[in-house]
Amino acid sequence: MNPAIHNQSSSFAMAIALLRRDLLLVYRRRSDAVTVLVFFSIVVSLFPLGVGADPSMLRLIGGGVVWVAALLSAMLSLPRLFSSDFADGTLEQLVLSPQPLALTVGIKCLAHWVSTGIPLALMAPLLGLQFGLDSDALWVLSLGVLVGTPILSLIGAVGTALTLGLRGGNLLVALLVLPLNIPVLILGAGAVDAAQSGLGAGAHLSLLGALLIMTLIGAPFAAAAALRISLD
Amino acid sequence: MLKATDLLQLNNLACVKGERLLFSRLSFEIPAGSLVRVIGANGTGKTSLLRIMAGLSEPAAGEIVWNSQHTRLSRSEFLQDILYIGHGSAIKDELLPAENLMANCTIQGEAFSEPEVHAVLEELGLGERLDVESLSLSAGQRRRIALARLWLTQRPLWLLDEPFNALDAKSVEQLCLQISRHVREGGICLYTTHQSVDIASDRQLTLPLDAFCQPAKAQSEHSGLNGLI
Repeated sequence: MNPAIHNQSSSFAMAIALLRRDLLLVYRRRSDAVTVLVFFSIVVSLFPLGVGADPSMLRLIGGGVVWVAALLSAMLSLPRLFSSDFADGTLEQLVLSPQPLALTVGIKCLAHWVSTGIPLALMAPLLGLQFGLDSDALWVLSLGVLVGTPILSLIGAVGTALTLGLRGGNLLVALLVLPLNIPVLILGAGAVDAAQSGLGAGAHLSLLGALLIMTLIGAPFAAAAALRISLD
Repeated sequence: MLKATDLLQLNNLACVKGERLLFSRLSFEIPAGSLVRVIGANGTGKTSLLRIMAGLSEPAAGEIVWNSQHTRLSRSEFLQDILYIGHGSAIKDELLPAENLMANCTIQGEAFSEPEVHAVLEELGLGERLDVESLSLSAGQRRRIALARLWLTQRPLWLLDEPFNALDAKSVEQLCLQISRHVREGGICLYTTHQSVDIASDRQLTLPLDAFCQPAKAQSEHSGLNGLI
């Protein structure tokens, strides 16, 4: 038996190890993740202060406001997806890994979603309460954010990969990625509206799910290609 | 795994950075057991050459053949045979030294147990820093963690870009010994350095990049060759 065989870990083990490493980094650098959540709650809380406290109006805009804030918060956390790996040379090692780069990108997006998307989805209904959303709408809001944020992470990965190493890259990412996220916003906010008016949010959420599947198939490959270009 | 028949061929490589041609018509053959020092002044493309060989950048022309297979066509097999350490140490501030080393190995598909990793780090003089986050380590200590992979790996082809940077005298000596052990066992090591180091090896080659640079003017071509001599 060749001793080297034991040391060759499978693609699955590599993926798990990478996910573990990324989540450990987020855990050791908790303040970054918390900042995003604080930003989220502050942006949402600004709206009632700005537009006045008319309950019917707040109920009308609530879903949309929480969604826009979630979009901006996810955007705020995008730079940490690749930039520190790019700066310290880890990204080169990831590109040289025998495991497909698209899978690596997918794992990094998964870690980003777990550390950003899931907390946002958990916080969204709490913030929705400020706008007097009823419990159905709150469920739909939370579920929508849960399904929508991985799309934001994946599309964001393409944007950040393209702008790695550029000056003013972070602003450029926002310009590149925000327009692409419009369908997510429309479907997500639409789902909350539909739930509030009693139409049922099934159609919106299904479309959001379909969008997630499409992004899941395409975005990792696009981001992997972009990473190779950025490193060249 | 190391094989006595390993052979790396560079065929007619050319590299263009921006508008500038760094080198062209670079052909070189490196058999198993060779220690190759890539030499050239700053900006002659030493790093670019190593990055091209690792497949991080595309050559403007030419090809790299590893054991008579084009690396572009059999990339995943080639990646399992190379170990590239560039300027970046790939060390995360938030992780412990052993976590960093294990993560870097696992990313490359080589898994090692914690005792193995600890043993290597202790050998490299990091024994007392094993339970502190890498944030508090010096540049040389980080470099040692990155280079510790060389003590664990089974891969035949090492591409080391300025491996001696930031290392103290003892670490330089340890690294030289490890590299000479690797080439003695039939591995291949390409490295760049501006320091004068003495690595014992039977087959020492130098790859002078100045010889493959084609300046725009014939005049400067002469000065390039003179610089080499």
